Amino acid sequence: MKGKKNTARASLPKGTVRKVLRYVGKYPLSLAATLLLAAVTVGFTLYVPILVGDGIDCIVDAGKVDFSSLWGIFVKIGVSMAITAVAQWLMSVCNNRIAFEVVQRLREDAFGKLTRLPLSYIDSHAHGDTVSRIVADAEQFSDGLLMGFTQFFSGVLTIAGTLAFMFVTSWQIALVVVFVTPLSLFVAKYISSHTYSFFKKQSETRGEQTAFTEEMIANLKTVQAFSHEAENAEKFDEINRRLEKSSLDATFYSSLTNPSTRFVNNLVYALVALIGALYIASGASFSVGDLTIFLSYANQYTKPFNEISGVVTELQNALACAARIFELLGEREESSDAGAEELGEAEGNVSLDGVYFSYTPGQKLIENFSLDVHPGQKVAIVGPTGCGKTTLINLLMRFYDVTGGAVRVDGRDVREVTRKSLRSNYGMVLQETWLKSGTVKENIRMGRPDASDEEVIAAARASHADGFIRRLPQGYDTPLGEEGGSLSQGQRQLLCIARIMLCLPPMLILDEATSSIDTRTELKIGDAFAHLTEGRTSFVVAHRLSTVRTADVILAMDAGRIVEQGTHEQLLAARGFYYRLYNSQFE
Amino acid sequence: MKKLLSYFGPYKVQSVLGPLFKLLEATFELLVPVIVSLIVDRGLGQRAADFTYPDADRGYIVRMSLVLVAFGLVGLVCAVTAQYFAAKAAAGVSAGVRSALFAKLQSLSYSDLDGLGTAAMLTRMTGDVNQLQSGINMALRLFLRSPFIVFGAMIMAFTIDVPSAGIFAGVILLLSVAVFVIMFVCMPLYKKSQARLDKVTLSARENLAGARVLRAFCKEEDERRLFSERNGAYTASQKFVGKISALMNPLTYAILNAAVILLLYVGAIRVDSGSISQGNVLALYNLMSQILVELIKLANLIVTVSRAAACGSRIENVLAMQPSLELFPEGKEGDRVETTEKDDAFIRFDGVSMRYRGGGGNALTDIDFSVKKGETVGVIGGTGSGKTTLVNLLPHFYDVTEGSVKVEGKDVRAYDPAALRARIGIVPQKAVLFKGTIRENLRWGKADATDEELMEAARIAQADKVIEGKGGLDAAVEQGGRNFSGGQRQRLTIARALVRRPDILILDDSASALDYATDAALRRALRSLDYDPAVFVVSQRTSAMHGADKIVVLDEGRAVGIGTHEQLLENCAVYREIYDSQYKTEDGEAAS
Repeated sequence: MKGKKNTARASLPKGTVRKVLRYVGKYPLSLAATLLLAAVTVGFTLYVPILVGDGIDCIVDAGKVDFSSLWGIFVKIGVSMAITAVAQWLMSVCNNRIAFEVVQRLREDAFGKLTRLPLSYIDSHAHGDTVSRIVADAEQFSDGLLMGFTQFFSGVLTIAGTLAFMFVTSWQIALVVVFVTPLSLFVAKYISSHTYSFFKKQSETRGEQTAFTEEMIANLKTVQAFSHEAENAEKFDEINRRLEKSSLDATFYSSLTNPSTRFVNNLVYALVALIGALYIASGASFSVGDLTIFLSYANQYTKPFNEISGVVTELQNALACAARIFELLGEREESSDAGAEELGEAEGNVSLDGVYFSYTPGQKLIENFSLDVHPGQKVAIVGPTGCGKTTLINLLMRFYDVTGGAVRVDGRDVREVTRKSLRSNYGMVLQETWLKSGTVKENIRMGRPDASDEEVIAAARASHADGFIRRLPQGYDTPLGEEGGSLSQGQRQLLCIARIMLCLPPMLILDEATSSIDTRTELKIGDAFAHLTEGRTSFVVAHRLSTVRTADVILAMDAGRIVEQGTHEQLLAARGFYYRLYNSQFE
Repeated sequence: MKKLLSYFGPYKVQSVLGPLFKLLEATFELLVPVIVSLIVDRGLGQRAADFTYPDADRGYIVRMSLVLVAFGLVGLVCAVTAQYFAAKAAAGVSAGVRSALFAKLQSLSYSDLDGLGTAAMLTRMTGDVNQLQSGINMALRLFLRSPFIVFGAMIMAFTIDVPSAGIFAGVILLLSVAVFVIMFVCMPLYKKSQARLDKVTLSARENLAGARVLRAFCKEEDERRLFSERNGAYTASQKFVGKISALMNPLTYAILNAAVILLLYVGAIRVDSGSISQGNVLALYNLMSQILVELIKLANLIVTVSRAAACGSRIENVLAMQPSLELFPEGKEGDRVETTEKDDAFIRFDGVSMRYRGGGGNALTDIDFSVKKGETVGVIGGTGSGKTTLVNLLPHFYDVTEGSVKVEGKDVRAYDPAALRARIGIVPQKAVLFKGTIRENLRWGKADATDEELMEAARIAQADKVIEGKGGLDAAVEQGGRNFSGGQRQRLTIARALVRRPDILILDDSASALDYATDAALRRALRSLDYDPAVFVVSQRTSAMHGADKIVVLDEGRAVGIGTHEQLLENCAVYREIYDSQYKTEDGEAAS
């Protein structure tokens, strides 16, 4: 993560700041209010120590206390304090509004983008990375924005204000403060640049240990089956010892920053006390009250310095994170559906006309492939794993667009109709059974949110899912965790089938739809499938060749290409690829 | 917390000295305002009417300033020493906890592991221990320092002037109330807002993982709406908690300055009456400003420590777990189960029923069968019929609920688990390889196996070509064996189990990723093993049962048929159905 951020920072794309400002600029009033309130807060915060100093000057000695002036000072302190407190709170509220709402918009835009990105992007980019752009990066960005407004701006103002006051009161002491304070910055920089390597070492060792732990804990059963516990413990302890050492180094050396800067601050404090006292003694126009103010400023002045150096890193981080989100927002979207027509309810004629397709330009995959499927026909696609059966599905569903030729439904090029109207004509069951988090019922209803409970149950019955659903703790209302939670692969597949049974679209795509269901249950839902595919154009990908024999057309695929095409009998007679494939299953 | 405290044992000295040195540092810090007040009162002396200080003792002022520097230096040394001790203790204690935790997890039984879940175990090992470490570190550094400065400042104030010090007591009370009330109101709100963020994350993840399905169902619009809702809810809760937590600074600032006014007022009266000096008032004011910073640190410390304590108690729960596997007390040698009749069976399942912990019904009910040495047993049934459960009882991964499993006439519970498992070669359903080399992976089966032994096992498992193809036994294996295909992994895991020349070989659906030819070759090779192991073949497919001497047909945990392929076809309806579903086609002709 750290490394990623560093590289991101190194190559912060131009325009990131401009884009950020465009989002922030939507809050001109809050923005102006924030700046104004910050100035008010800082001004009065600095004013109060002056008042206190004046107050102390009124309390000189026994019998020499100027009470009448004191009362005036008290009122001033009280009012300043009240104004500061209110201004500070309002400033935070404004800041929160800007930071949180900017990020809300940004996140919403990013998510909208997500739903419009082509499948090729989703397939080729790590999901974790994209999620972290929308969630973690956005979060970091909002933190940075917030810090930037509250701390950076008021920090700068505080430094400026303090300096101005100190120079006005006593430029000599002010000079001392100005020259000595940056020492603490240097010390902090020096320490942090040296602890970086310790931290790196720690996170590397920690990563190594986590990887080892993950591997072994996730497979503890195998570990125990092979009685490998002792060897593991030894390896773990070896890493653990190194982690202990590097963790001690990192923690200790990084913890030096605070005492060291505190020491420098103490130095400044002592110097101010010394020079200030000598000044007073020498009879210069410098009072004990002034010394009080100086001492409290010496403290206040060093604080924003330490903070600002932290804030700058934070802001850089935030910008790097923003850049990652903008990068996502800048991705090419799917071609627009605007101007496309509605397909309406399809008859089920699907034709591929001289189709060319490949995932990566230059790497040929599907070339000049034609196929004409009549309404109600069953097309089976067979071939070894990884032969590219799903590629065809990608083209049919228009998850990907062909690079040449055309896919037509009822004679209309799929690129000329809206994706929505095309896809709602297909019912799809994939081998990767994906369920949404929600209840069982909600999942079955996905294709038809308005279906009644009776219809849902009927669909579940037809797909033989009703039995196990009823045995779940809350039946149809049982919540399923992310991606189906505790259901077995087979049960999830049954739910996916029920989902299709409910909406019954005119065309079907079944990609290994029953691969995780045991053969007996499969046989039982076979009838339901037969009923389902009857009169519907269907594309069936199957591992088990027994289920494809009845297909009207069989496409045998290998290494991403369609090598044979025909009926079961034709292909067997051809004694080619399909023939070998078919016979290999019987030894 | 008791159990965790014992890990502080080796770090007693550091755990005591760390806070003590911190205390020393704090003491010197508290003395600073006193010195400054000495400079003003004694160094400057009386102020004359013309606002000059005729009695000013410059030497004293310089000396006292040097004392300030010296205090700073001593404070620095103390702080550094304290930080070192704290870091040492925190790193050491958490290393000890991690090691104990890992050992504990390894010692748990399968039932315990099922109950815990992998994700929870990993969180305990990583996140929780890290939190614990930073909690210990923070606590050792601050838990004496912050209260000490806060109350120390008050005590100092009392030594300067009692009536003024009363204000300190009041202010500390008020500030504590303000800080803690705001924090404790905010904490559950933060939690809630985090839960809402999790929903936002969920939306994003689902729309990537489920992109195909969601788009196939044209759900994009709905999903955008749902996301917008969740995102809005999250922002709203952020803004709400932001408003409350933003009260912290202004409120404490106001309280503190109100106290300053009061302090000046009381100070003025006291100075006027000659009870205290101007320098004393200055000192009191400086002490007052130290309180706030430390009080906020203290509040943060309490949050960190309470979080660490929560992690600690979660860790403790795991450490307190006792491996639940039932072992007969005589352990290794003894055999409480009288082997009265001489049993010629090598393995015997005797009226075995098994129920998973927390599971409703029996996973296995009343299983009875025996196996001779060298026999091959097929175990077949649909998903969830109890096949894996059955073979998991042999190495005593789980306890039976009723009946017994015996190996060589002796109950598996009477064996030392490691000794029993050393005689069994298991090929689990999920073909997992571990990061390292092929040789290291195969040696899991037998730690001191020679290369010849490894290659011999690989040949039987049809994995020799795989090894050659990857460049020999030294070829690297990535985590989880990612750089191998499913079929390659499966063959290597079979080889791993064969390396130890086991008395019992368990193949749990282990040939599913093999093509038909390799599968057949494997089965031939297994049949000709010269050390005659009893082989258990688990599968959903009747084709895998070829050549089995005995087939156990499971249906919902019951053995509905035991016999040879031919016998079962004859008299076991479930077996016939399975067979038909795989071989028969609609026109009734068996394809084989």
